[in-house]
Formats: sequence, C-alpha cells, structure tokens
Amino acid sequence: MTTITAGVDIGSTGVKAVLFDGSILARSVLPTGWSPAETGERALADLLLERGLRRTDLARVTATGYGRKIFREADDIITEITCHAAGAFFLEPEARSVLDLGGQDSKAIALGGDGSVVDFLMNDKCAAGTGRFLTMTANLLEVDLRWFDALGEGETHLISSMCAVFAESEMVGLLASGVAKEALARGVLDSITSRSAGMLQRVAARGPVLFTGGLARCAPLRRMLERKTGLEFRSSEHSQTAGALGAAVLGAMKARVRRAIVV
Amino acid sequence: MATLRSSRVLLDHIADESPAAPVRVKEAKERGVPVVGTFCVFTPWELVRAIGGVSVSLCSTSEKPIAAAEAHLPRNLCPLIKASYGFALTDTCPYFHFCDIVIGETTCDGKKKMYEYLNRLRPVHVMQLPQTTEGETARALWRAETKRLKDVLESFYGRTITDDALREAIRLKNRERRVLNRFFAVARLDPSPLTGLEILAVSDYLKYSMASEEALSVVEELTAALEEERRLGKGREAEGRKRILITGCPLGKSLHKVIRAVEEQGGGAVVAFENCGNLKSSSDLVDESCPPMEAIADRYLRIPCSCMSPNPRRLEFLSRFCGEYAVDGVVDVILQACHTYSVESFSVREHLKALGIPYIAVETDYSQGDEGQLSTRMNAFLEMI
Repeated sequence: MTTITAGVDIGSTGVKAVLFDGSILARSVLPTGWSPAETGERALADLLLERGLRRTDLARVTATGYGRKIFREADDIITEITCHAAGAFFLEPEARSVLDLGGQDSKAIALGGDGSVVDFLMNDKCAAGTGRFLTMTANLLEVDLRWFDALGEGETHLISSMCAVFAESEMVGLLASGVAKEALARGVLDSITSRSAGMLQRVAARGPVLFTGGLARCAPLRRMLERKTGLEFRSSEHSQTAGALGAAVLGAMKARVRRAIVV
Repeated sequence: MATLRSSRVLLDHIADESPAAPVRVKEAKERGVPVVGTFCVFTPWELVRAIGGVSVSLCSTSEKPIAAAEAHLPRNLCPLIKASYGFALTDTCPYFHFCDIVIGETTCDGKKKMYEYLNRLRPVHVMQLPQTTEGETARALWRAETKRLKDVLESFYGRTITDDALREAIRLKNRERRVLNRFFAVARLDPSPLTGLEILAVSDYLKYSMASEEALSVVEELTAALEEERRLGKGREAEGRKRILITGCPLGKSLHKVIRAVEEQGGGAVVAFENCGNLKSSSDLVDESCPPMEAIADRYLRIPCSCMSPNPRRLEFLSRFCGEYAVDGVVDVILQACHTYSVESFSVREHLKALGIPYIAVETDYSQGDEGQLSTRMNAFLEMI
C-alpha cells in the first residue's frame, strides 16, 4: 500500500498544495484571496479531484504557511521554516542552506546533513529584500516582473536607502535626474542581494544554496547572489511549492512512524 | 502545620491583588509616606525604604502613550523610553501621578536625555552610572553616587537615613530576594509546574507589594504548595514542552506576546527569566556583613546590564541559569532601537553556541501587530530544538 500525504502551504499571496507518495503526485498554486482557509480547502479538494482520490485516501494532511492555524483539515501544523527545509532537502539533498525570497517575506535557513533546521533568520517586518520591493519598483518603472528576469549586465546605480519606502522616493528622484531604468533596476537587485547575503552570513550558511520563492526565477538576481556570497545557488522547477512539498514529506515521515507503531 | 491553599487558589489571589497596587500607593501618599518613582533595577531600593518611603516602579511598557511622547521625542527611539515619558506627559500612570520625585540612572543615551524633559514634569534625580563595572574608579564613582542619592533624599524629604534603617532595609530586601529565588527555583522541576506568565505575575506582585510581610508569605505558601502538589503527583503541567529561558530587554504586558508565542499549543515552557527584574536581580544579595552604604553600592554595580562595557557577568549568569533550569533554548527579546542589547546579541549567540544551547533573538516593540510573525519564529525555533 502506498502512503499518500498532502501538504498545504497557505502563504500571504499564494496557496500552494502538493500530493506526495514518495514523489510529487500533483501540485497546484492558487492566489490566496480574502479567505485563506477556504482557498486552502479548495486547493486540496481540486488536487484530490484531479487525481480521483478522496480525503480518506490521504494518510496525513499537513498545513504550513502564515494561515496554517486556521486550516481545519490539517492533522499536523508545522511552520514554513521546517517545511521549507524538508522540501529543499527532498528536492536537492546536497543543499546545505535555503534562501527563500517570497512575496511578503524572506528567510535564510542553514540545513543539517539530514535536512533539519540548524539555524534560521526571517525578515518580514520590512519590505526591503522581499518580492514586495521588486513589485514596487516594477510599478514605478512601468515594467512587469518578468522584465527583471531578462536584465543583462551593465551599469548599476546603487540605491542607498535601506528602507523600501524611502528607496521609492530615492528612485523617483534618480529617474528625474536621468538615471536609466535598467541601471536603477540593477541597483534594486543589488540591494536585495546585499540584504539576502547578510541574512545567509548570519546563519553561517554553506553551499549549495537552494534558492526558492517567487524571486528565485530572476536569473540576474541569482547571478548577483552567487558573486556576492561565493556560494553556489541552485533552483528547482518546484521551488515555489517547496514549502507545501516539505509539509507533505514531513507528513509521510509521521505516517510511517505511526504505522510502525501500530504494526 | 496549617493546610496549604492550592497553587491555583494562590495564583488567583495574586492575580486579584494586582489591580489594588495603585490604591495602596495612593493611600501611602495620603498618609504622608514618601513615594519615590523608579524606572530601573539600578535604583537602590534600600535607600528609599530607609527614608521611610515606598519605591514604585513607573509605567513604561504600553504602546498607548507613545504617540503623545513622539511630540517631543524622535520616532526611532526605544519604545520603553517613549512610553515612560508618554505616561508622565499624559498623566496616565497612577504611580507617576502619586510620586514626589523620580530617580533615574544614566543607563543608556536615550534615557538620560529623556530625563532632561521628564524633569520638567516632576523633580528627577539622575544617578551617574559608570560605563563599566570594573576597576576602582568605577566603584568609587558609584559609591559616591549612592551617597549623593542619600543626600538628595535626605534634603528633599527633610529626614535622615540612619545606618540602622539601612541595615533593616537590606535585611528586608534580601529576604524578598530569597523568597523570589525559592519561588523561581520551582520551575527547575521537570516538567515545570508554572507557565512563564505565572512566573511574571508573581514577580510583578512582589514588585508592587512594597515588600509587605503578607505578600512575602503568600509567595512562600505558593512555593510550598507547588512543591507539595508535585510530591503528591497532582501537577497540572504538560510533559514534553521545551524549556526556554528568556533574556534581554525588560519585559512588560506589551511583551507578553513573546511568552504567549513560546507557550501556545503547549510547544514551550518559559522556565527562567534573565531580564532586568527577575533572576538577574534576585540572585544577587547585598552583603549584610559590610558597612551598609558600600555594600548597597557594590551590589547594584554588579548588575549585568548591557549598558556596561564589558559585560561578562551576563554571560556567566546565562551559563549558570541554563544549567540550573535545564534549559533547551534561549530567546533574546530586544526592543527596537535598543543598541546595547542589540549589539550584545552576537556575543550571547556565540557564548550559547559554545555551550550547545540553541538561541534566537527577536526584535520587537510594544505594538501587537507582529503576533503572527512572532508565533512563526517561536514555533520554528521550538521545532528546530
């Protein structure tokens, strides 16, 4: 009998769900919307429907993310830190740290050889260094987020403000004085890089680093991070759902322990 | 021996008594008892007692008066300093309302500059703390400052502080410290029969009870009751909780959110507080065999506050309490813009790492908006241990 588990990551901008049976069976991403709990339930129901499964076919459901406590279907509740670590370890067993740059927060996690959390740091009271900073810049420069991904090497105009709100007014001034938007965009990526490198340093991160979250798709950012830290960064096509995957993996481990006890 | 009341009854009694504290201060004031306002554990309690006064801990831990304080103080200042000033400015702290004089110390830059403004609202006497606890110069300065406080109190109230009154005050405060130490030590039991919030409630109860014999005996009875209940296996505690020590900036009601985040869902149990008012203060007694003024000065200068440089005794305290309380992890609570605790965080982290004790620092203020984020950090920390 195969054990199927589900992980549901209720994030601030997106709900990610994964079905897991030793490998990834199905996954989905929905915008969180105004009702995180309902969206979480819908994400799980959709996946079950897609695979022709029922709730009773699942050995365990694990909730994570900021909405984890309001998700009523969960057997277990585990924080996104522990889940991201477990997800990263499954995707990239060689990874010794995780850098997650999401829509609203960022985190650096140092991993043990078994995928456990050795140390971590979160930044979520401040928009600098998060996806929010990039979204804000995109609005200001009137480009979409994909535009950053294609940004080549070239002149970088550094942003001096540490605070995203002040950085915005600084950028307005710089644009008015004729600074090219590409140079400014590289400056913003450089600022995110410095913040992230500082977080990684503070948890004594080693490479390879699994780079997850929405910003992991930004190739120029990854190049800058590698240059700054001297560490190897890897990404995965599953990086956006790494937290949900980790939740499902931890659920499977728990189900195995339980079965061993019952037998 | 009389039958002990249960710990539940006693803890309820303590909770019921706390709202009466301002009334006791009002009554003392009306009886003509000197009411001296203090902010910090550096103020020598014994001197206030020896002049026949009561020492009241002024309000400093709520978000409410901060906006008013920001009319005079900068925004990016520690919330404790802003709240202390804001309470006085808006006259919303009963203890400030009734106090005759405030004693401050030059602990940090923000505080000593704030006292200049506070002095417009009430006479403030600022004790000049040395920047270090080491060496004869520092000791001589602090002894002289302790003597100067004695002179100030004597001339302000037109009374005399006698050596006998000092010795009596030393004995009383030492007794309170011993009562507290025995109470704190109950949390060494595994599992601890107390929650972190209960430990703080008892500590606050004594802080505002003016060392009354009645309050001391309530805490002694509670300690005995908790030990007795454990012997009889009547504990109400949950097993398997991670044992957490809290260190860092002073705590208050607004920072209970950190303790709640540690203890929610039975994940952790705060078993020890190495913050200003708790083990850090109670574990050091005034030497009763020495001349009283010198003994008092020397004891207060030993307080391992981050405003001192260097501050090795804080690390020694942490090693000791982590051992005595079988601590699984340490949470460092740092108020926004508190430079000294913020800078010290790195050396505390290194020190605990060498001892193999997991450590996390959280920076926060008095707003309640980051409860979700604190909960994620604390839960992840407990999962990591």
